[in-house]
Amino acid sequence: MDYLSKLENQSIYILREAFNKFENLAMLWSIGKDSTVLLWLARKAFFGHVPFPLVHVDTTYKIPSMIEYRDRLVREWKLELIVGKNEEALRAGQTYPNGRLSRVACCSLLKKDALKQVLEKHGFTGVIVGVRRDEEPTRAKERYFSPRDKNMEWNVEDQPPELWDQFKTDYAPGTHIRIHPLLHWTEINIWEYIERENIPVIPLYFANAKGERYRSLGCAPCTAPIKSQARTVREIIEELRNTKTTERSGRAQDQESEDAFEKLRRDGYM
Amino acid sequence: MKTLETKEFTERPAVQQATEQLKIVIVGHVDHGKSTFVGRLFYDTGSLPEGKLEQLQRAAERRGAPFEWANLMDALQSERDQNITIDTAQIWFKTAKRQYVIIDAPGHKEFLKNMITGAASAEAALLLIDAHEGVQENSRRHGYLLHLLGIRQMAVLVNKMDLEGYSERRFRQIEAEYSAWLKEVGVEAKLFIPISARNGDNIAGRSTNMPWWNGPTVVEALDQFVVGAPLLNLPLRFPIQDVYRFDERRILAGRVESGQLKVGSRLLFLPSNKSSSVKTIERWNAPSQDVARAGESIGITLTEQIFVERGAVACLESEPPLELTWFKARVFWMGREPLRKERPYKLKLVTQETDCWVEKIERVLDASTLASVERTDGEQYVGRHEVAEITLRTRKPIVFDVHQDVAPMGRFVLVDGFEVSGGGIVAPAAYPRRTSDSSLKSSHLYWSSGKVTREHRARRNGHPGCVIWLTGLSGSGKSTIATELERELFNLGKQTYVLDGDNIRHGLCSDLAFSPRDRRENIRRVGEVAKLFADAGLIVITAFISPYRADRELARSMLPKGQFVEVYVKAPLEVCEKRDTKGLYARARANELKEFTGISAPYEPPESPELVLPTDQLTVEECVNLIIEHLHLRDHETIVSI
Repeated sequence: MDYLSKLENQSIYILREAFNKFENLAMLWSIGKDSTVLLWLARKAFFGHVPFPLVHVDTTYKIPSMIEYRDRLVREWKLELIVGKNEEALRAGQTYPNGRLSRVACCSLLKKDALKQVLEKHGFTGVIVGVRRDEEPTRAKERYFSPRDKNMEWNVEDQPPELWDQFKTDYAPGTHIRIHPLLHWTEINIWEYIERENIPVIPLYFANAKGERYRSLGCAPCTAPIKSQARTVREIIEELRNTKTTERSGRAQDQESEDAFEKLRRDGYM
Repeated sequence: MKTLETKEFTERPAVQQATEQLKIVIVGHVDHGKSTFVGRLFYDTGSLPEGKLEQLQRAAERRGAPFEWANLMDALQSERDQNITIDTAQIWFKTAKRQYVIIDAPGHKEFLKNMITGAASAEAALLLIDAHEGVQENSRRHGYLLHLLGIRQMAVLVNKMDLEGYSERRFRQIEAEYSAWLKEVGVEAKLFIPISARNGDNIAGRSTNMPWWNGPTVVEALDQFVVGAPLLNLPLRFPIQDVYRFDERRILAGRVESGQLKVGSRLLFLPSNKSSSVKTIERWNAPSQDVARAGESIGITLTEQIFVERGAVACLESEPPLELTWFKARVFWMGREPLRKERPYKLKLVTQETDCWVEKIERVLDASTLASVERTDGEQYVGRHEVAEITLRTRKPIVFDVHQDVAPMGRFVLVDGFEVSGGGIVAPAAYPRRTSDSSLKSSHLYWSSGKVTREHRARRNGHPGCVIWLTGLSGSGKSTIATELERELFNLGKQTYVLDGDNIRHGLCSDLAFSPRDRRENIRRVGEVAKLFADAGLIVITAFISPYRADRELARSMLPKGQFVEVYVKAPLEVCEKRDTKGLYARARANELKEFTGISAPYEPPESPELVLPTDQLTVEECVNLIIEHLHLRDHETIVSI
């Protein structure tokens, strides 16, 4: 079996475990390439269906075409979408673009807390997230089924063992489990799979007339495009084979302080 | 950086397309150089992001501390005491041959649990031993655990050779000592390589410091490992992960753990002991193929609808697995609380789950010495990080293989409360093979029989117990027929009782809604109750929509052959809707009722019911008479006339 099929089969297995084990399951969909591949894998696992709602945490600062693309796929693929927003913070103008908060504090309110609110509101006990081990160091330490406590905190020092695809599916009331079916994929694998399956991704990933493309998508004020001539999936793969810069180098919040991202993740960020 | 200046870094040829991936785990005693080795391996294979090394070197310089390769992997704050940012830790690297995945980055406090987590999914392992310190406790423990976990490809890296003056004698000494240990464990010592991770000796490039070494470098050794275990040539094992009803089809989803299945394959499902054939192999957005091989997550549909649920294991009749309520195992324990005999645990083996308990602890081992652990307190338990040989007893029959025969079916975890606390493999023993008569197995295994038998009751009542299962749309006439049939049977002197859908939902099943999952549970409970009533000698009449074929098959499978009479109460939807005795159709049409059978939820008509009653053509009396006739027919043939 080729390695993409291996990755695919493993992810399908994990998605099906999650669907079987969690009565109240949701999948986070950031509109980016990873969670869109994840969405595609869900359709593989459930024979064209997506039998749980998708949650999009909308900071309202997303690049506008992301929302258009989101709404188009929701229509075409008949998806159930829940949009989570931290209305209170937005009303109070407590954001980085308003100049009131640091980037990380803004992420914490508009993404992490918004996520927490939406999980609590719907009582989700299983949340599928498209993070990958090779994205950044804290994610490298993750488990496929990763418990979060009542405050959504991640205890990285004491994680459950994971043996032979027997996952942690027993959890105390009030806690929840993050499920990471893409953990073992790399950035290149994602693009190779997009190419193989012909998955529609948002055009922001491809180089524009100015010779710029987004390698990782986030909020407009904190996400910068990279210099690139890659206009097709194949060209992106070629580019990635030869690059030595990191995927999230265009994400400003990661750089704000040395352990910014780690702190966010411990507190419940995706 | 002294080490870098003296070491020439050779650029590796650009990798074309990595066609395969090998998962490796790196283990060894603490401070024997795992993190340093990984850092160096990344650098020497050209797998580091641009500028990363320089960034770390500058950071080290600012702190006035020497640069350490290990910093590269020490990404989490809790593991580092210095003030540098590391924003990447790719845990994969490439050689000219293929891509490698390091499953768990080393350096964690809870290392044994992580080591086991990593090793359990690895295809190969690298074990580091410090040339200066020599073989230590965890060198031995890790070697033993790798073997226990089923890792058969391993290279032992004797590290820090620079501290021992690159002495061949020291290398051979460690090689001899550790080979002897591995032999005791039962592993054939394969490959030992002398290295210095810090200086890059024998990692990707050949060391000039050890001209006596003719063996491979680490990268060469890695490239010799084989990807993928030969699971394809083993007997077919297809554990059912879930059953889906999508697009009017009933799909059994799962991963082929070993062997292969084909369209047309006759499958035996254990522990239910039912057979059916593969009608289709289901995949989405993939080329259609008539075969599914080990490792593929697929779905299948069957030619005959039989009851199958998660946990069932499909195999070929010619090569079945074992099916028992006990087995012998070797376990390693990671729980905070020791593994004890008197405590119940949850056993998870492929997709099966059952309560279990430790029947016997044969031996507790110290994995670093293989010595038996003697308890001074005279108590028997398996402590944290200990290994033991035990016998497990399960509440339900469990389908398994001995680990060395079919590895995926011979390994399991034990859950204590909410925590996965132990793992183990099924050890060889004198297991009785499956017999063809399994009627006493599975669901009947713990059936306790009193002195009054089914036959005694049948003789006194003048008829045996049985279940008349009325199925059909809401408004088709089930309840009307049921109450009239009950009255008639009662008047005929028969023992009878009606289980009515609405009544059951008021009490026994008041916690259930109308989702497919809840409907299935509703029918399962009704089936169990009907089975008990029939066992008590009654003619049980059930009146439930019971829209799913598989759920009715489940009920049928609970009863002895011939004592389940499926009656299809058949009326066209329009007729039922017109009758609408309870006003439900109107509400369903108005969207007030969700998942209403016939309107917004499917009804699967029986394929071969014992009786069909078209209630738009027959009167109630005619229907009741047909059923009673059917019962009389059976009475003459069977036990009633004793």
